[in-house]
Amino acid sequence: MTTVPETARQTGPATYVSEAPGSDVWVLNLGPQHPATHTTLRHVLELDGERILSCTVHIGYLHSGFEKLGEHLNYNQYVVVTDRMNYVSPMANNIAWHHACEKLFDIEITPRCKVIRTIIAELSRIQDHLLSTGCTGLDLGAFTAFMYPFNAREGIYDLFEEVCGHRFTTSYTRVGGLMRDITADWPAKVRRYIQEDLPPAIDDLERLLTRNRIFVERTKGIGYVSHDDAINWGLTGPLARASGVRRDLRKDEPYLCYEDNWDGNGSSGVDFKVPIARSGDCYARYQIRIAEMRESAKMVLQLVDNIPEGSVNVLPDDKKTLPDKDEIHFSIEGLIHHFEQIMTNRGFTPPIGEVYGSNETANGELGFYLVSDGGKNPYRARCRPPSLINYQCFAELVVGHQISDVIPVLGSMNIIAGELDR
Amino acid sequence: MSKATQAIVDLLADEFSDIEFAPAPLVECKNKEREQLCVRVPPDRLLEVMRFLHDDERCCFGQLSDLTCVDYLDFPNARDRFGVTYTLVSITLGHRLWVKCFVNDPDPEVPSVTCVWKGADWPEREVYDLFGIRFTGHPDLRRIMTWEGFEAHPLRKDYPLHGRGEREDFKVVTREDA
Repeated sequence: MTTVPETARQTGPATYVSEAPGSDVWVLNLGPQHPATHTTLRHVLELDGERILSCTVHIGYLHSGFEKLGEHLNYNQYVVVTDRMNYVSPMANNIAWHHACEKLFDIEITPRCKVIRTIIAELSRIQDHLLSTGCTGLDLGAFTAFMYPFNAREGIYDLFEEVCGHRFTTSYTRVGGLMRDITADWPAKVRRYIQEDLPPAIDDLERLLTRNRIFVERTKGIGYVSHDDAINWGLTGPLARASGVRRDLRKDEPYLCYEDNWDGNGSSGVDFKVPIARSGDCYARYQIRIAEMRESAKMVLQLVDNIPEGSVNVLPDDKKTLPDKDEIHFSIEGLIHHFEQIMTNRGFTPPIGEVYGSNETANGELGFYLVSDGGKNPYRARCRPPSLINYQCFAELVVGHQISDVIPVLGSMNIIAGELDR
Repeated sequence: MSKATQAIVDLLADEFSDIEFAPAPLVECKNKEREQLCVRVPPDRLLEVMRFLHDDERCCFGQLSDLTCVDYLDFPNARDRFGVTYTLVSITLGHRLWVKCFVNDPDPEVPSVTCVWKGADWPEREVYDLFGIRFTGHPDLRRIMTWEGFEAHPLRKDYPLHGRGEREDFKVVTREDA
């Protein structure tokens, strides 16, 4: 095996044959513009025929300095940027960001807000999984398996549009609550969607893929990660659970309604199971995602009928949260509160310190490490992106496989470049 | 802080009696159980302590959840400039610990922990790229987010939000030199 010169690794021509005499090693660029990468990623593959000898991954094509921006936006403004991180499930990012902020401010949000956030977090997990399993199918040639779940995602977009006015970039949460309350018939719509629209969509997806011979043969045994490697690489989410790692932040470090006694009246947390697989390959990850969607649907059904009454926002007394819109428009105190929050020489007064808050999102552990110097903007807003940490092991997973196996491995990891590069 | 993390801090103090760990919560909380505990480790002892935290069955920190850095240039009462921050997770015992390692200009250097956790690879490259901290012993320390040849470290506090004109400095390729 010849080694590729360092300059080729870094800049790389489109394809070239190693010049060492007698060598048949090809170097191929997969990406940055390739339909199966979905976003801008680049892999420099060294090939012996179709077998992969080594893989070098280049990322950073979508680096947009979100963490630097976070130091110049306040705790409510930055939620707009989090939408653009994992743009497949922006709601989950919103919730994770404000989960960390509320930890810093030491705010306990209201029970109504917790229930709404939990329902929305689960809906966004469902839609993320629908897309990622569908895309894995699409990349392997099963176009129908992409279109059917996409149809079902449409229903979730409609539900999001109804609560916050946006289908895609939602920016729904605020420090200590939500942008606005849900509409009166929203719970009924959620129930109808979960009971009537979602199950046939998941069944269709399963009928198209689970026993599809092409799909099974191209995913089984491909991209294997062992249990110990999964922990050592820092994998989280469906990737880790497909390798038998029993780790789900909803169970291990419960928050929102996953926690017992979430409403202060001794209610138990939502009842759900964490699916675990042992085979650690692409097919296992697909199965985990399907099982998680069904569990999420169960959780939503448990909560949607018992949304507690009350306010969605904590009281704005200690000047950490924005007052209700009605109060701003119709009372002088509300208007003053609002001005105290949003004027450029005023704003948040967080304690000096640091905090790490993390949520279990569809891709894994999404954490935010916040440092506050007491000013209105965070001093540092680090995002712990699941895509970046999960994607590191990619090169090790594909070495030894055929070039066509890169595609299912990439699909099963569900890499979102917006979050990967930030 | 919870009892489990307190036990780990006691264990560390027993094992490395010459290091001043200065355990403290990251931020004060009303609910003491929820406080997140952070210990300081000097860079020259980092690898030793990390190996102990990873290998010892009473700590069992099998996963490095996150690795990042904070530039404390204008931070009130800060003594050191860069704080490399490690978030450790024990999957089996279910607790977390934060480790901070402070380094200073010029030429900030921290030993790489890729030999303990493989998952430290890209986060260390990211910190190298955006903060300019060298991780000694890292197998492939290259820039990851910005391009090769970029000279600044954008997440440092003395780097302006709008950049330093790097965009204007791009070489214009004409048809003749292409």
